Amino acid sequence: MSQRQPIRSIAEVRVGDLLPSLEKAPITTTQLVQYAGASGDFNRIHYDEPFAKEGGFPSVIAHGMLSMAFFGQLVADWAGGPAHVARLATRFKAVTLPGDRITVGGEVVARDEAAGTVELKLVAKKPDGTVTLEGSATVRL
Amino acid sequence: MTAADSRFAPYVGRESAPVVLDVERGHIRRFAEAVGDTNPIYVDEAAARAAGHPRIPAPPTFAIALRANDPRGGIDIDWRKLLHGEQEFVFTRPLYAGDRLTIVGRIAAADVKETKSGIMDVMVLETVATDGDGTRVFTARSTVLVRR
Repeated sequence: MSQRQPIRSIAEVRVGDLLPSLEKAPITTTQLVQYAGASGDFNRIHYDEPFAKEGGFPSVIAHGMLSMAFFGQLVADWAGGPAHVARLATRFKAVTLPGDRITVGGEVVARDEAAGTVELKLVAKKPDGTVTLEGSATVRL
Repeated sequence: MTAADSRFAPYVGRESAPVVLDVERGHIRRFAEAVGDTNPIYVDEAAARAAGHPRIPAPPTFAIALRANDPRGGIDIDWRKLLHGEQEFVFTRPLYAGDRLTIVGRIAAADVKETKSGIMDVMVLETVATDGDGTRVFTARSTVLVRR
């Protein structure tokens, strides 16, 4: 469980606020099999090494949606739970491989006090700075 | 090239037969474990209630696990050449264990892109989940690209 204190109200939020970044454990091939089963995405590129290599990849590759789940965790933790997440979107920029350690972060880019919504910009990175996902979210507070 | 030149253009508007799916708490737990989300609300009913939820909620991107019947049936796709370009979810409310949802998938759009790595056919898949009251619970949009 995250020990961070979630945001309680829109009055506490300012444009430019940074979300506390979330550093995930290195991706494992076991995790990719777990994610395949849990998500129902059985594209062999995520668990069948020869198949992935025939496709031109150095190894199996992580599901982009696994990293998007990290965005979901980041935003839900910050906002006070999944009920506050009105929209979550991402663009997949670079491939993530087993062993990669992904850190996700975010920033408040807009707030609408009357609507009670906050817009976030999100990014997922490898330790070398490679951006793997760029995203955005709308949070209801 | 224009959208009409997309290999997927003839399939736009194609909709899958609805499928009714139950949101199961064991499934939510396995999903939370797979993504490494240790928030107890996803596994512990008491923790979920203490956080104001009527039942165990699902993490936001759990919506992807509620798969529509695939509207791409019969379309020749080389899965090694398929890239997931973009994904968006719009939620009316969170998903809860015990929800029974009707899921429909649709090929919403097709396009073609000329990129550094060649010509890509683009398809936007839209999945809509509706609850027993007829309320739309979420809309998911996946943009996939297939290298020619």
